Amino acid sequence: TSILPSSPTTGFSVPSAEKVDGFPRRSMRRARQRRSHSSSQFRYQSSQVELTPLPLLKDAPVAELHNLFCKKLQQCCVLFDFLDCVADLKGKEIKRAALNELVESVATSRGVLIEPLYPEAIKMISVNIFRTLPPSENPEFDPEEDEPTLEASWPHLQLVYEFFLRFLESPDFQPSMAKRYVDQKFVLQLLELFDSEDPREREYLKTILHRVYGKLLGLRAYIRKQINNIFLRFIYETEHFNGVAELLEILGSIINGFALPLKSEHKQFLVRVLIPLHTAKSLSIFHAQLAYCVVQFMEKDATVTEYIIRGLLKYWPKTCTQKEVMFLGEIEEILDVIEPSQFIRVQEPLFKQITACISSPHFQVAERALYFWNNEYILSLIEENSQVILPLVFTTLYRVSKEHWNQTIVSLIYNVLKTFMEMNSKLFDDLTASYKVDKQNDSVL
Amino acid sequence: MQHKSKMAGADGDDSLYPIAVLIDELRNEDVQLRLNSIKKLSTIALALGVERTRTELLPFLTDTIYDEDEVLLALAEQLGNFTMLVGGPEYVHCLLPPLESLATVEETVVRDKAVESLRKISQEHSPVDLEVHFEPLVKRLASGDWFTSRTSACGLFSVCYPRVSSTVKAEIRQHFRTLCSDDTPMVRRAAASKLGEFAKVLELDYVKSDIISLFTALASDEQDSVRLLAVEACVSIATLLPQEDLETLVMPTLRQAAEDKSWRVRYMVADKFSELQKAVGPEITKNDLVPAFQNLLKDCEAEVRAAAANKVKEFCENLPEDSRETIIMTHILPCVKELVSDTNQHVKSALASVIMGLSTILGKDNTVEHLLPLFLAQLKDECPEVRLNIISNLDCVNEVIGIRQLSQSLLPAIVELAEDAKWRVRLAIIEYMPLLAGQLGVEFFDEKLNTLCMAWLIDHVYAIREAATCNLMKLVEKFGAEWAQNTIVPKVLGMANDPNYLHRMTTLFCINALSEVCGQDITTKQMLPVVLKMSNDQVANVRFNVAKSLQKIGPVLDSNALQTEVKPVLEKLDTDTDMDVKYFAQEAISGKYTTLSIFFLYEVASLGPLHLVILIHFSP
Repeated sequence: TSILPSSPTTGFSVPSAEKVDGFPRRSMRRARQRRSHSSSQFRYQSSQVELTPLPLLKDAPVAELHNLFCKKLQQCCVLFDFLDCVADLKGKEIKRAALNELVESVATSRGVLIEPLYPEAIKMISVNIFRTLPPSENPEFDPEEDEPTLEASWPHLQLVYEFFLRFLESPDFQPSMAKRYVDQKFVLQLLELFDSEDPREREYLKTILHRVYGKLLGLRAYIRKQINNIFLRFIYETEHFNGVAELLEILGSIINGFALPLKSEHKQFLVRVLIPLHTAKSLSIFHAQLAYCVVQFMEKDATVTEYIIRGLLKYWPKTCTQKEVMFLGEIEEILDVIEPSQFIRVQEPLFKQITACISSPHFQVAERALYFWNNEYILSLIEENSQVILPLVFTTLYRVSKEHWNQTIVSLIYNVLKTFMEMNSKLFDDLTASYKVDKQNDSVL
Repeated sequence: MQHKSKMAGADGDDSLYPIAVLIDELRNEDVQLRLNSIKKLSTIALALGVERTRTELLPFLTDTIYDEDEVLLALAEQLGNFTMLVGGPEYVHCLLPPLESLATVEETVVRDKAVESLRKISQEHSPVDLEVHFEPLVKRLASGDWFTSRTSACGLFSVCYPRVSSTVKAEIRQHFRTLCSDDTPMVRRAAASKLGEFAKVLELDYVKSDIISLFTALASDEQDSVRLLAVEACVSIATLLPQEDLETLVMPTLRQAAEDKSWRVRYMVADKFSELQKAVGPEITKNDLVPAFQNLLKDCEAEVRAAAANKVKEFCENLPEDSRETIIMTHILPCVKELVSDTNQHVKSALASVIMGLSTILGKDNTVEHLLPLFLAQLKDECPEVRLNIISNLDCVNEVIGIRQLSQSLLPAIVELAEDAKWRVRLAIIEYMPLLAGQLGVEFFDEKLNTLCMAWLIDHVYAIREAATCNLMKLVEKFGAEWAQNTIVPKVLGMANDPNYLHRMTTLFCINALSEVCGQDITTKQMLPVVLKMSNDQVANVRFNVAKSLQKIGPVLDSNALQTEVKPVLEKLDTDTDMDVKYFAQEAISGKYTTLSIFFLYEVASLGPLHLVILIHFSP
């Protein structure tokens, strides 16, 4: 259904050794797995510049400092081939030392960041970090199972990211000067890097984007829109993007700062992006962050509760029990903060689903659903609405308590039944009686 | 419920009752029931008649659009075939409202299906209806708030453009232009993917004035996912333009794409290379595409090199005849030589799957001098896939230089693959055996390969033994019954005395496969006695396979042998202590008298023993 080749390796003619069985070639894959790769630097600078060490920043006279700083930034624009680990060791070491100095200087000394340095600094950062990410070594990369491929040039790249971060966090940092260079195009490229397979890189990107969002107000709406686009593409086109969890983490704190009443743009984001994200195959990788965002929305504005719960019920996993357990976990997080008036609006469809989970033959699903009754706040909500909820769940509870193969489930159900009995003994007795009548009628028929 | 009573059945008309049920199910809580009902939508419509379908069913469906994607998908598909059910082309526009809503949903699969149905029914609109009903819908979608409707619109321009007035045409072109610069990349991707299709229906002047600028813009989009789609459009656009315009209008963009900083775009260029080559013609190919192709073959990303390697043969084949050989020898072959020792196995194996095809293009002398060393190198490659790809394409070389040139290197390669630790590799080489045998001839085969084929019969993996059995049959088809009698039949029959019962069963499987190709004489005189003797085997699995074999070879035997030799043995097996032996003996007995009952037995084999018993009773 996707209109572009997300992973062009699938375009290969199927190797004949594979055609015969159709099994993924796990074993072959592992054998040829390299631990690191270089970035897809097309047309490597062929005429490699020979680097010569410059004087140390700390020894420079004040008048020379900015000039030297600038020269070091320019020196750091030279890129090295890290796949060949013995190539140009001297040059690599000079650049590493220079980067270290730049980091140190921007982090500790004041008054270094003057206006002419901004374009040079942003240029050095851009040249180093912006690159086309290479094709995945492993086309069926499973972030849960497989080792990520690490960026080979990390020894330099890390320092560049560190420099960028210190630059943004420096007390001398002036957003008004930076915004000319850290523009929409820059941010778009930064966002694309979140697809990196290297978790260390994504960690840096997360902090950096967060700082950019915090300091450059003019870019906020643009950043949100581009994140939207990345998610929509992930959901509906490619199902592949390595940085979903990191982006959600940033959004979590952004949502926290939304003004009330919520703008329709934000509500749309919740309904059309965050909720559909639950359908992703790789949900487990970013579910914690996603659930956090969802709960943040509810805490901001209780009126979105119904959208959220009905949305989750719509996308409830039909065959994947592992995901079902995650959904139940998220429902519990939601119920933990739900307003009683909102609870009433969704209790019927919600408890129909919970009942279906209780009768799941997969004991982890049933167990996770039954744990709701250990939550005091949820229990109080159930108690207030036992007239509605008890009739919904009673038959299933009674039946499953007799039939479930797993003893833990059976005893959990007994506890739940006991709670209900104490909660509303009149209703409980009525339901028991009518259940028995029904049962008899059934057996007569 | 309301709808049900309104639409059908309430007036006590019993004939509509099943329809009432279906309609009721459209609103059922169970998705599966709703889905079943939607799939029978044409039945409902037929029963309601065209008028009520238009006035009641369609509005109802338009209201239910908020359903599960699965139901919506089925609905979108159904509506594409609904023209006759709403009263023919005259009323086809009634289908537009529900399809319009479906074309805006989030789920891509549903949307695509709705667009497909809309494209289909657009053809059924009269030119007037197209302007009055269809084109306004396209405009609404094109200016929708959410990206989904705008993406859907992209697929509808080209179907209405040819049949509307020139004012409306101008509007359509304007809408398409707007979507090409939409700020949502999803929409730009949709527009880029339809650019070629849209260009095809436009007048040439507009192709030059409108499409080229859109193409250039999309090809330099900030997102590589958009740029790579422009490469596809490039093929269609180049085909439409006269040769003299290509250089100025298309080539700058194509050159830029071939050197794009994103490997995805370069991959796309490599992947579409043959189409591009045909579209731009021989002159541009010589001047521009040859160096571009060389670069792609040397690309820094293995993905790109592999895609280009896949195209080597086709590219060379389509080069202009006058300079073909020179270009290949001086420009392409040096790159190909490097790819033979590429570090990436996918690249090597892509090359191996086409490289043999170069020999027909280059002729005997060049093949022997330049290509043969490459074939030999690939035959020794560490990766089995590369070797397999070479072996599977041997026929091309055979035509040009004969296979003898290769046989000395071929043999070790085959032997190594035949003994590979991975059974899948062994299986793959077995499948090429009949082909190899045909190319190498019977003498070479007997001398070098026969032993291998026999060794596979006792492989420890069943799939290999099974494939080996089938292989023998194909070999006999090639070399004839006499060859079989002298070379393989004695060996196969010898295994009947093997201490391992799996090997004894292999004898039976081979007989099953070979009896027909070997003919009545060999089957009766040589195979049958062995099978009959095995009916005394101490392993029950062997005995019931004897029964199965007898049934299988029955048709090849004459009736005398059946009566005097087969029947007594089957009757004996019918009294066996083992249940399965009995069962298969009975099956064979009932099957062996007439070919007709054999036919029936195959038919009912899936029904299980009880049915078989009944059938046996009624058999003659």
